[in-house]
Amino acid sequence: MIEYSYIIAFLPLLSYALIVFFFSKSNKMASGVAITAVLTSFVLSTIVLFEVLADHGPHIFEYEWISMPGLELPLSIYIDPLAAVMLMVVTIVSSCVHIYSIGYMHGDPRFPRFFSFLSLFTFSMLGLVISGTFFATFIFWELVGLTSYLLIGFWFEKKVAADAGKKAFITTKIGDLGFLAGLLILYAAAGTLNYEDIYHLIEHHQIPVIILSAAGILLFCGAVGKSAQFPLHVWLPDAMEGPTPVSALIHAATMVAAGVYLTARIMSIIVVSESAAITIAYIGGFTALMAASIGLVQNDIKRVLAYSTVSQLGYMILALGCGGYTAGTFHLMTHAFFKALLFLGAGSVIHAAHTNDIQEMGGLAKKMPITSKTFFIASLSIAGIFPLSGFWSKDEIFLSILEEGHIGLLILAIVVAGMTAFYMFRLCFLTFTGEPRNKEKYEHAHESPNTMTYPLIFLAILAVCAGWVGIPWLHHGYASFVYHHHPHHPHPNYMLMLIGTIVAVGGIYLAYLMYYKRSIDPVAMGARFKGIYTFLFNKWWFDELYMGTVIRFVYWFMEVLYRFDQGVIDWFVNFVGRFGLFNARFWQTFDVYVIDGAVNGAGIVTRWFAGGLRKIQTGAVQNYAFVVFLGVVLFILFRFM
Amino acid sequence: MELGVFYILAAVIVVSGLLVVTLKNIFHSALMLILCLFGVAGIYILLHADFLAAVQVLLYVGGVTILMIFAIMVTHQLTGKKIKHYNEQPVPAGLIILSLLILLIVSITRTAFEVADKAEPMPTVAVIGRALMTDYVLPFEVVSVVLLVALIGAIVIARRD
Amino acid sequence: MATLEHYLILSAILFCIGVFGLLSRRNAVGILMSIELMFNSANINFVAFSKFINPDILTGQIFSVFVIAIAAAEAAVGLAIVVLLYRNFDIVNIDKINFMKW
Repeated sequence: MIEYSYIIAFLPLLSYALIVFFFSKSNKMASGVAITAVLTSFVLSTIVLFEVLADHGPHIFEYEWISMPGLELPLSIYIDPLAAVMLMVVTIVSSCVHIYSIGYMHGDPRFPRFFSFLSLFTFSMLGLVISGTFFATFIFWELVGLTSYLLIGFWFEKKVAADAGKKAFITTKIGDLGFLAGLLILYAAAGTLNYEDIYHLIEHHQIPVIILSAAGILLFCGAVGKSAQFPLHVWLPDAMEGPTPVSALIHAATMVAAGVYLTARIMSIIVVSESAAITIAYIGGFTALMAASIGLVQNDIKRVLAYSTVSQLGYMILALGCGGYTAGTFHLMTHAFFKALLFLGAGSVIHAAHTNDIQEMGGLAKKMPITSKTFFIASLSIAGIFPLSGFWSKDEIFLSILEEGHIGLLILAIVVAGMTAFYMFRLCFLTFTGEPRNKEKYEHAHESPNTMTYPLIFLAILAVCAGWVGIPWLHHGYASFVYHHHPHHPHPNYMLMLIGTIVAVGGIYLAYLMYYKRSIDPVAMGARFKGIYTFLFNKWWFDELYMGTVIRFVYWFMEVLYRFDQGVIDWFVNFVGRFGLFNARFWQTFDVYVIDGAVNGAGIVTRWFAGGLRKIQTGAVQNYAFVVFLGVVLFILFRFM
Repeated sequence: MELGVFYILAAVIVVSGLLVVTLKNIFHSALMLILCLFGVAGIYILLHADFLAAVQVLLYVGGVTILMIFAIMVTHQLTGKKIKHYNEQPVPAGLIILSLLILLIVSITRTAFEVADKAEPMPTVAVIGRALMTDYVLPFEVVSVVLLVALIGAIVIARRD
Repeated sequence: MATLEHYLILSAILFCIGVFGLLSRRNAVGILMSIELMFNSANINFVAFSKFINPDILTGQIFSVFVIAIAAAEAAVGLAIVVLLYRNFDIVNIDKINFMKW
């Protein structure tokens, strides 16, 4: 099966084509086809996973693509344990989201189109996972970016959504530019873009470290854009304008994880290049802290989750920067499940309450028992409470940072863990407990249909259990499967586990006090730390900063270019145009009077001659006979006389 | 004596020939043609060509000319005095012909002919007949065929179908 | 005594008269008559040369016989054409028969 793993990716593409060409009018057929495709992909991924479990590989299958003298760009499929795990994650989350969307998108006029986009996205993401060359990765990378744009702006009638789509696209493009540059550097240095060949060259020190550092950091720029790391994180919260299933699938579980996946793919470079590793680790750490701090005070349920995502992605990047290949990808997997669950739960809430603002919710647990329970499970998981999956993966990350010896980063990570627990439970308490703050909306709230709750339950199970494969005492668990070079089994550090749990519980307790017991008034707290609150509430003023600097510069530069265009280029163009016009007029005159005159003149002269000459041809034989005798006379005269 | 007869015959021939081409009435022209052909027959006699003279009278005067008169009768334009009997080019034609004549006379008078002083067989009929049946049998037969073809052709062309 | 030149000049005059008729007469029958004049002038030449240059074998006279035969044939065909012209176009004027131009 493994050699046919491209089928996993191409099934959703087939579904996309079918929906676009045949089922664009039928809701039932569109969703049916899309779900069948993704479920089949899921089954095939399971088979692939088991085959990889039996033989870790990597399994590489090359296909000739561009082959000409001086340029060899094969396509290849590269299935290693990480890819197998990612295939599982993507197909599971994607399947859940597909099914969930039947309920969530019910009644939307562009329902089939939504499913076609979901299929296209799934195809791109799966293609990204299995591709075995940086070049193919880049292609799918851009495809995911495109589908992300299409889905964020799915409700393009809303200007905010359309703008968010543009923002996401352009912001990630900045990172992609770095990706492309890194790709080219790598190609120039290695002469190939195949993962396998490049890993081989790096291992044998064929490529200078300085070049590797440059390439690594540039490639990481792509990850920064895609995974919404500082300083390109600004697009992700805005991307929440898209339909919530999209946020769950793309902007929480899979696409944003693509950056992490890419960073894992360049692990060989990170291992070799100290500078690249440090850069990556600090960017990840800073992003985690910043995003978590912003998440503390946001009121939009999806934005809180978005900042949580950014923060968690920062975690993973931090782990990878510290060489925690296993830890980072482990957290990637567990996070995908509980974050998808959180988003789908939030979608369910929004679906019921018709608002995104948590200040208008409250007490929804009574109305929505399944949603609230699964949401609490997910929150516990992300907060890192024993024995849910988040606990294990977060512990992995702490361990890998500790092993690398970055104490500062470790403290930062622990603080972020506390903040995460706090804002997640702030969200939970505000949404599901207490008195309903908006009676009218509360009255209309109801539990979501089965198509939406079943995926929640399924994901809740995963959010609890998925982490168990990585329990440190389990020597044939995740760490023996997904690893870089050699399986690494750090000894479980009970101290760290304890600290992590204490911090998480502390965060939850603080949220409990503030938002459940109301023994600490959050408004008063906000007023007391007004400076910090405003700073956080305005998201560190990043948008304003970018608006004031980058965007303003761009506008200014645009203005300059505009003036240059108007003043110089246009003038020149107009001048050329005018000159051309004048020239054309001149030559037109010349043409009409001289050339045409000559041509017509030739015609007229010919005609005139012919008119004269044709009279000779009278048709009367006697005239001809006359000429004959004239000829005879002349002949005699000149020949014989 | 002989020269006198020649001049008389020559005068008849030239005058009647001129009348053939100048008379308005085509029937009169035909009559003048007969006269002219008779004159030519006289010239043949003068040249000791007795057989040819006979043929001239029989064939030309008796055959061809009668044919012409028939044609004139058939076409009904015998005496249309009002119709122009010249086309637009008699004057240039006359000039050309005059110059041709002058050239011919000049060339004739300039040429020194080797005149043989022998006597021709008399009468000529037997000699001509023998020659036609021996040395000139091929042209003779060819001419026979040509005559046949011409007669058939004339019938085919003029046939009313 | 009439010499060869006398006959040749007579023949030339008669020929030129014939040519003049050929070139300037409108009537088709007239043109045929002119052609007969030219034939006769040619015959005079033949016979005269036969008499003065090579009298014993009579070649000129024999060819005159042929010429007369051809003339007869020509007259027959030519007059048939005239009749046909008259029947189809109701004219015998050769200068009107000019549809072979352009």
